[in-house]
Parts: sequence; C-alpha cells; structure tokens
Amino acid sequence: MTETVKDSPLVIAGKTYSSRLLVGSGKYKDNEETRLATEASGAEIITVAVRRSNIGQKPGEPNLLDAIPPEKYTILPNTAGCYTADDAVRTCRLARELLDGHNLVKLEVLADEKTLYPDVIQTLKAAEMLVKEDFEVMVYTTDDLTIAKELEAIGCVAVMPLAAPIGSGLGVQNPYGIKFIVEELKVPVLIDAGVGTASDAAFAMELGIDGVLMNSAIAAAKDPVLMASAMKKAVEAGREAYLAGRMPRKRYASASSPVDGTFF
Amino acid sequence: MEIIVNGEQREVNDGITAAQLVEDMQITAKRIAMEVNLEIVPRSTYAEYTFKPGDKVEIVHAVGGG
Repeated sequence: MTETVKDSPLVIAGKTYSSRLLVGSGKYKDNEETRLATEASGAEIITVAVRRSNIGQKPGEPNLLDAIPPEKYTILPNTAGCYTADDAVRTCRLARELLDGHNLVKLEVLADEKTLYPDVIQTLKAAEMLVKEDFEVMVYTTDDLTIAKELEAIGCVAVMPLAAPIGSGLGVQNPYGIKFIVEELKVPVLIDAGVGTASDAAFAMELGIDGVLMNSAIAAAKDPVLMASAMKKAVEAGREAYLAGRMPRKRYASASSPVDGTFF
Repeated sequence: MEIIVNGEQREVNDGITAAQLVEDMQITAKRIAMEVNLEIVPRSTYAEYTFKPGDKVEIVHAVGGG
C-alpha cells in the first residue's frame, strides 16, 4: 500500500488545534442549542461578541460562557458591529479583561451595513494598534491578496478572507483569489463567513485553506445540531481531499474498467 | 451624584466603589468587564475603585456572535 499523506495540525498563535472548523455562537435559539451544536461541530475555537450587560433588569439571564466554558474551548471574542479602528480596539481591550487576559481576538471592522464587507483601511489601522498592544489577531478581510499580505506583515496570527458576505450562505465566490492568498501567506488562512452548507465548506477546504469559521450556516439551519455534525465531516473531507490531490479534469470520458480482455 | 452606566443616567452614593455598583446591579457573579471613560478597570481593583460625578461607565459581557 502506498503511504498516506500525513497532515500537520493547525497551529494558531503557538497553540495546536485538532479541528479545522471554528464556529460562532450567535443566532441560536438558546444556550442549550448553542452548547449542543458547538459540541457536535467538534470545534475548539468559538467566537463570541462583547455587548453591554443587563444591569439589573434581567438578573437571572443565563450566561453564554456557561454553555461554552473557557476552560473547555478557546473563546475568540470578535469586534462585530465595529465600523472604526478605535471601536474595534476598545472592544478588544474589554474582551481581554473579560477573559482574564486571554489575548486572542477576531478583528473585523465593517464598511457598511448592507454588505457587512470589511473596511480594509480601518482593519489595517486596528491590526497595527492591536499588535502593538500584544493582542494575537485573527483578522477578517476581503479576498484581496495585497491586503492579506499587509495584514500578515503587520503581525496578524491568522488571515481570514470571506467566502461571501456574512450570513449570505452563498459559498466561495472567488476561489482563485483565495488560492492566491493561501499560496502567498505563511500564517494560517481561514475562510470566515459566507459558507452555506456542507459542500461549500468542503469546497473551501479543497482550496488548501487551513480552516473555516462559520456561524449562520449552522445556527440558521433547520436542525443546527445535525448541520454542525455535517460541517465537521465536510471540513475533514475537504481537507483530506486537498491533501490527497484531486484527479485532473478531462473533457471526455476515460473508462475505469479495462478494455483488454473483453469477450463480446 | 450622577454617573452614566451603559448609556443610562444613574443616581449613586458619593464615593461608591466599582464593587458596590456591580453588587447593586446584581451582576457580581457574572463574567463582566468594566470601562470608565474609555479606560479599563481591572476586576481585581473593583473594591478600591471609586467613581467621580459624570463618569461614563460601560459594563459588558460575552454574548452569542460570529
């Protein structure tokens, strides 16, 4: 038997992860659904948002971090909803305090509400400020190679181009652009946002990216827990297919059964 | 004196500490972070930290998000 290609694990900011699927914790019905879907996904890195606390109005409100405890998962606070570098940096400082000094963050600075497209100018500014403050920055960006390289040069620990707009479920819109980024960068490249179903995730992984971050594709499925399990398999299958190396495409058929020895 | 907590004006006792404010709001046991006038107030300093009139306080926690 020929030797099977061995995969090297995903390493982000010096920490090794066995799962290449990262998931968000938004849009779930309740904490229990969040917990079950997160578990079924096999993800080890879970994104959260930072928002104002209820100040006394709802004292019994359940805490998200009880469903996804930081002792079990790597919590990745995001800067969702930020439209300026200053707001993003401020959010990250609060997140670091919230998580007892944990400094891994997902930076996203948005350009407009309709597309939720990254504002790469503000993103670059924020990345510089955060790296100076010793944050480890996983950065959401466009599928533009020049910007991706610049974010790497600034010191981001992972660069995460979008597959398609956040929450759109359209799948990878610019596979060749994503491949440029994968080939040129040394830090992990992950697809963040835009995946809709399992085949999108597998397709993304087949491009050679290091991982996929998704939220809506799981949380907005009719059965989020089952979709989480499907995504886990899709990401693994896509990775294996990438490592295995796909067959060349041909325009005409090529018989799988031998032509020699036919008796008819 | 008045301070602003999460965007709302709030009447509090002079010299109130961050620890007392958190207790009044029944969020003592929660994982939170606090910022006053854009500066982080570390949780370890809540007992000594006292507010001044007009302070803008933000108290945040983790919620579901992508």
